[in-house]
Amino acid sequence: MSYLENNTLSLLILLPVAGALVVALIPRERETLQKTAALLFSGLVFWFALGLIRGFTASPAMQFVERKAWIPAYGVSYHVGVDGLSLWLVALTALLTPLALLASWSSIDARIKEFNVFMLLCEAGLIGVFCALDLLLFYVFWEATLIPMYFLIGIWGHERRIYAAIKFFIFTMTGSVLMLVALLVLYKAGGQSSFDLTSLQRVEIDPALQMWLFAAFALAFAVKVPLFPLHTWLPDAHVEAPTAGSVILAGVLLKMGAYGFLRLAIPLFPHAAARFAPWIGALAVVGIIYGALVCLVQTDLKKLIAYSSIAHMGFVMLGIASFTTIGVVGAVYQMLNHGIATGALFIIAGMLHDRRDTREISEFGGLGGVMPWFSALFLLVGLASIAVPGFGGFVGEILILVGSWPKSPALTIIAVLGIVLAAGYMLWMIERVLHGPVKHASNSCLRDLTAREAFVLVPLVVLTIFMGVASPLFTRKITPTVNILVHKVSMETRSPSGDAR
Amino acid sequence: MARLLFEGLTRVFSIEVLPWLALMLPFGGFLVLSLFGDWIRKDREERGAGVLSCCTVLLSFLIAVATAFMLGDAGRDLEQQRQSLNLPQRQGPYLPFQAYLAVDWIDVSGLSIPVALLLDRLASVMMLVVTGVSFLIHVYSLGYMARDEDRVRYFSYLNLFVFFMLLLVMATNLLMVFVGWEGVGLCSYLLIGFWFKRPDAAAAAKKAFIVNRVGDAGLILGLIMAYHAFGTLDLLSITDHIGGLAPERLGELGIVTVIALLLFLGACGKSAQLPLHVWLPDAMEGPTPVSALIHASTMVTAGVYLVARLAPLYRQSETAMLVVAVIGVLTAFVAATIALVQTDIKKVLAYSTVSQLGFMFLACGVGAFGAAVFHLVTHAFFKALLFLSAGSVIHALGGEQDMRRMGGLARRLPWTFWTFVIGAASLAGLPFLAGFFSKDMILEGTFATGRTAIFVTALLAALLTAVYITRLVCLAFLGASRLDAEKTAHAHESPWVMTIPLVLLAVGSATAGFVPLPDMLRPVMHGAASESRAVRWIPYAATTLSLFGIMLAAYLYLLYKETPARLASALPWIRRALEAKWGFDDLYNAFVRRVLVSGGRRILWRAVDSFLIDGTVNATARAVGSAAETLRSAQTGLVRGHALLVLGGAVALVVYLLWPR
Repeated sequence: MSYLENNTLSLLILLPVAGALVVALIPRERETLQKTAALLFSGLVFWFALGLIRGFTASPAMQFVERKAWIPAYGVSYHVGVDGLSLWLVALTALLTPLALLASWSSIDARIKEFNVFMLLCEAGLIGVFCALDLLLFYVFWEATLIPMYFLIGIWGHERRIYAAIKFFIFTMTGSVLMLVALLVLYKAGGQSSFDLTSLQRVEIDPALQMWLFAAFALAFAVKVPLFPLHTWLPDAHVEAPTAGSVILAGVLLKMGAYGFLRLAIPLFPHAAARFAPWIGALAVVGIIYGALVCLVQTDLKKLIAYSSIAHMGFVMLGIASFTTIGVVGAVYQMLNHGIATGALFIIAGMLHDRRDTREISEFGGLGGVMPWFSALFLLVGLASIAVPGFGGFVGEILILVGSWPKSPALTIIAVLGIVLAAGYMLWMIERVLHGPVKHASNSCLRDLTAREAFVLVPLVVLTIFMGVASPLFTRKITPTVNILVHKVSMETRSPSGDAR
Repeated sequence: MARLLFEGLTRVFSIEVLPWLALMLPFGGFLVLSLFGDWIRKDREERGAGVLSCCTVLLSFLIAVATAFMLGDAGRDLEQQRQSLNLPQRQGPYLPFQAYLAVDWIDVSGLSIPVALLLDRLASVMMLVVTGVSFLIHVYSLGYMARDEDRVRYFSYLNLFVFFMLLLVMATNLLMVFVGWEGVGLCSYLLIGFWFKRPDAAAAAKKAFIVNRVGDAGLILGLIMAYHAFGTLDLLSITDHIGGLAPERLGELGIVTVIALLLFLGACGKSAQLPLHVWLPDAMEGPTPVSALIHASTMVTAGVYLVARLAPLYRQSETAMLVVAVIGVLTAFVAATIALVQTDIKKVLAYSTVSQLGFMFLACGVGAFGAAVFHLVTHAFFKALLFLSAGSVIHALGGEQDMRRMGGLARRLPWTFWTFVIGAASLAGLPFLAGFFSKDMILEGTFATGRTAIFVTALLAALLTAVYITRLVCLAFLGASRLDAEKTAHAHESPWVMTIPLVLLAVGSATAGFVPLPDMLRPVMHGAASESRAVRWIPYAATTLSLFGIMLAAYLYLLYKETPARLASALPWIRRALEAKWGFDDLYNAFVRRVLVSGGRRILWRAVDSFLIDGTVNATARAVGSAAETLRSAQTGLVRGHALLVLGGAVALVVYLLWPR
């Protein structure tokens, strides 16, 4: 058992890979067995992730650290660990993957084996990204998530899946290539001795170069977040992806971008980060308003949810750009809330698609009378998404707003307007789908939630309410790490040596 | 054993536990009804859901009464608790009590929000009003909703509302107030849209929530600023220490003024003040008991409660006080004028509510905070009564709400009629009824500030109040019957579960004015001499005005019925303005439709997203693709060409960077 305890993170990364292998070895006809195996393995990952949370102590230190030489000649090592920034994101990945698999249980009907393999590989890659403490390792995992997601969209997506998959690939690939270049430049500047994050953080970098490097990293991460105006891949990818793909994309993949800022871009180049912060904050707020306004005019359910993600991730970036403890903790917390609420919304959209084979909002209406339990959960998830108090989203948003006020009252005020617009598009959508009379005959006898669907949705709803009333249980594990990060940025910006002006 | 029981009971019946019990009982009711609703619903004739719901609220009310009595001693006893919690000491005879749980709701680096309840005289008064009126309306609903298939859902929402409303009035902390604030808004949304299959109800629900959110934006900003200005969101800490700041004069836009105005924006949303009043009349789409409870007597007064709770903050800013007074009196007047021309019985009452809330804010704005809360309480009685009586009429007529198809109902519905008349007289301010005292105090307070324009407008609004409510009584209850034959046969007095609450509320509407509420509340408001009763002639003038208004309306709507029509055709622009409700709705609709939605579609989505950003990206991709195709004679797909170039570039860079120099 102690071996497991010492290697929890490797276990979390390798278990899905092992699961993928097992699924791959199961004969093609045994589809239920493939699905069950994938679910079991992802469930096991979640179980270990719970152990990770229990073993994690609220301190700023890296925990569960493992370190082994990988390519010693170039100073590359297999170095993983979690702290307050990554802990909950690992847990989120481990939670959403089995639920996404379960949500797609019967809606994926072709190439089931490959689907499950790619889902598990994607999970492994995501957990790897959040645990990696070596830059090259980080890059490998970063790219590793891209491939399964590309296939998930491209093979099991809807009508325009090829276009969406390619667009997704090109956007993120462009970003990651820039990151690779910057990474190598950084490696060279650090004396070509190590790719290790902690040792690279100590490298003194010329301020002008720092700006360029930060810009390259930031671009890669901003595409993933996505930050306006690099967001146009997202609506297509989300809409065309199958339900499970959308859930993982919105729930976890987007967080890689924001996490990249917190883990790499900011601690490596704090000086440049502070310099760029107002611009990032401004783009974030543009995204909040822009995403919400575009949501108002969507006729496609999944597109609406996709654009709302842009607005929500805008809040996350606003919190990060504030560089205050409250704001950054809020941002990390908001990532979790967004992952849960938006994941649930995509699952709900998928349930409607399963029943009616359409995503058009106008095709629905009056479902409240036909599917009461489904409607109740839909309403709850919608309210969680627009940050009504009592749901986790409210705590996240209020922390972000309180944190960003001292940095920029103007941006905060505009962001608050985004909250008003959010109520607009969400409630209007709910009205058009759930309320009014039943307009289409085919809606009049839709089945209410099945036991499987309830099993997917109810935990998410309960969790978001729990996160809304018991936030200290989560934030107390986040805060120590954030304190260190914020302190580092404020020290760097004050120290005269790093100041170019 | 007996001792153990005794000790257990003393523990529960202590002021530390009772407020939590009062709060959580309705929530328990909500949980049971919403989770096990399907199981309860199986029996079609059941009343269990409603009875359970009534019982929880009744218990909460009894606890509210008990705590109100315990409060006097508890405050002194528990000052020690404040000491042990390192809270600032308070002086004077008035001691509020705070019940803490040992957990935080939010705790991040200095921003810590404890889970706690505040119990002082203001909170106690609000608790009594909320639970008392709620209980009567719950009982009334047993009859009113008896035949609705979804009554389990109805009662569960109603219970949830009581929970959030109690949370709002007992919160110790501005952020917890906001939780209750949004919670009651949510319940209002759910209950306005209770009959969600009707498109009008669904639209009204959505409108209410969104308009409220506009106000909430102000409230959020206000509390963020308050946190950064005062370093805390604790209500008592803010009000205790605000006196240390320099008062801000008229025209001075200091931090206190800005915070006060932002919070007032939130209050305007929730309490339907100009220019955010547009949601309340539409909210009448909900069941009538809901209109009585949420949209007349309790939730909509939350804004008044917030301003009164923060009275010391508002006193520090002359600008904020003036703004509150002006918005209040303008709302009182404008809403009263619109009420004159409404034909829907509930719409008249809705505009009347808006107008009366305006009076409450006027009271706050002129510094008569005690009078504001006093009017809040009396209004809760008589307006709940008016709505429930109107509901009894609607119930009797099988859903008819148009007063043009009523008339002569007094004989058919005697109980309803007489209780309605008591409520109407209280609203009009006839002497010795509840509304008379509270409105009189507001007028006195307004006169004392010496702002003649505001005082005259308030008098006008009071006159119009008497006119529109008398018009309603004349049209609905007096004169000849204009009912269809079918409905005439059907019209009947309501069952006793509905009439008994009417009678009890009528008693309250008649007598609540004798409670010396403003004196009791003075310590909470930190007010001293400003609420003096020096002006003798105002009550006489106000009574004369009311009587004149009543006679005028009786003359117009009973004796010379063609006069209103002639007046309307003589002054067409006034009629148009009133029937268009002064144009607020049209303006907002145009803004949302023309600017937000169509701007979002044409400019942001189509132009920016599809054309500008994607266009640029696609053009780049095309350029790269065609370059690749020119460079390579072999036929390649766009991605592969692109990816190859990207890869090639990356390899070149890697080679360059790693090249030993």
